[in-house]
Amino acid sequence: MSKILSNHRMNEDFYLMRAEHQNDARPGQFYMLRAWGREPVLSRPISVFDADGDTVSFLYKVVGRGSAIFASLSADDEITLQGPLGNGFPNVTGKVAMVGGGVGIAPFYLAGKRLKASGVQVSIYLGFSGEPVLVSEYERAAGELVVKVGGFITDSVEPSDYDSIFACGPEVMMRSLYKKCKERGAADNLFVSMENRMACGVGACLVCSCKTADGNKKVCKDGPVFKGEAVFGL
Amino acid sequence: MSSLSVEFAGVTFKNPLVLASGTCGFGREYAEIFDIKRLGGLASKGLTLNARAGNEGLRIWETNSGIMNSVGLENPGVRAFIERDLDWVNGLGVVNIVNLGGHSIEDYIEGVRLLNSVKLDILELNISCPNVKAGGMNFGVKTELAREVVRKIRATCKHKLSVKLSPNAEDIVALARACEEEGADGISLVNTFLAMAIDLEGRKPVFGNTYAGLSGPAIKPIALRMVHQVAHSVKIPVMGMGGVVSWRDAIEFIMAGASIVQIGTGNFIKPDISLDIIDGIEAYLDAEGIGSVSEIRGIV
Repeated sequence: MSKILSNHRMNEDFYLMRAEHQNDARPGQFYMLRAWGREPVLSRPISVFDADGDTVSFLYKVVGRGSAIFASLSADDEITLQGPLGNGFPNVTGKVAMVGGGVGIAPFYLAGKRLKASGVQVSIYLGFSGEPVLVSEYERAAGELVVKVGGFITDSVEPSDYDSIFACGPEVMMRSLYKKCKERGAADNLFVSMENRMACGVGACLVCSCKTADGNKKVCKDGPVFKGEAVFGL
Repeated sequence: MSSLSVEFAGVTFKNPLVLASGTCGFGREYAEIFDIKRLGGLASKGLTLNARAGNEGLRIWETNSGIMNSVGLENPGVRAFIERDLDWVNGLGVVNIVNLGGHSIEDYIEGVRLLNSVKLDILELNISCPNVKAGGMNFGVKTELAREVVRKIRATCKHKLSVKLSPNAEDIVALARACEEEGADGISLVNTFLAMAIDLEGRKPVFGNTYAGLSGPAIKPIALRMVHQVAHSVKIPVMGMGGVVSWRDAIEFIMAGASIVQIGTGNFIKPDISLDIIDGIEAYLDAEGIGSVSEIRGIV
């Protein structure tokens, strides 16, 4: 069990939880979170927003029974964190664009921070449907930050300006970004973080299967990050 | 210290806990998380003769106290399992239960033939599959269809054979008896209950196949009743399962007549829940002064 250090509502949609937890989490990885006994049955997969060696943070949205319970927790409450799980985004060099839509912005705080520190030129594009959150944090994590409220964040991204493009958000957003990359001959540079309902979170149950060019892949174990071409180039 | 050791059709399990087919792959993923060598056994992901990609679209849906799944038997096929995973499972020192499904009697027989030539402990026959040559009628629903498939497989299968029953059977006791009459060495029950959820906004079923299989604590009382009925109607041993998530649940199944208890959905609640259940059963037996778990089997 891990102790919750803070759990705040950021705006209408988003909450940010920080917990004590020894970890070596990488950007784009996730945890299975559980703050109850046997009901609801399943733990909830939530992406890592930030991590240092001793704490881990999660940016999440209330969408159902599980996340509503998370939102009701306070500092000093306990939570079970299973992870870090999944592959995470690759370590790249040169110039990278990180494109997040909705709660899909979550992995790009840590990804930006880490890559920027290693000398990568980081541009972060955030698309919100409501009031933007954590803008000053993302500003620190990026060399350049573009925030858009409403409309399509992908319109602001020029794929040919970058050596790598990371995306996380609604599938329709990532598909449209893939098309744009493909038109510019940059499809091979795109990495997408897929989302799916999960049960085991470790690759045993096959409920989070994702169709790719190399056959079915497990979002939890083989992903959640895949080459855009493998998922959307079918 | 009480004995947790159990005999099932001549196979010795060091304790009665088995991970249920479809919830644990071939054990590799859980082996990274906890000491799966402490388990009594492992039932493999359901295999079919040839690899299957499984169902498209949504595969899981949470319900009150349960989950519905529609994975569609995604698996690498019998040959790939033999090449890649069989030796590894045999090396664990737990009872190796290989689960086999089929969509025609010919597929089942060919799968059984391939498995005849390798080492495994128990073949668990999944008869909850639609028979594509009989208009999609599920083998596990009609007693006479189940009888036919078990008879033909028994004639070919050299391994110990446990038939895994569907709770959707027209008459689960009659169907279990038919399996016994045709030479099954044991019965596993229950598989998932056919269930449904509707997407209100979309005004359509949640699952592409309309119906999906319900498991978890929601089904436990019904599964327990079925295990009780079957265990008291056949002489061959029974592996009971259906919503077991605590040692108390496991003891209930044993008291109802199960020799072995399988854990499925519980693995998603806590990956090493089986170890907690093993420890809980042992503590219970010690506290009650019961020398062996077999002493309480079928006492209710």
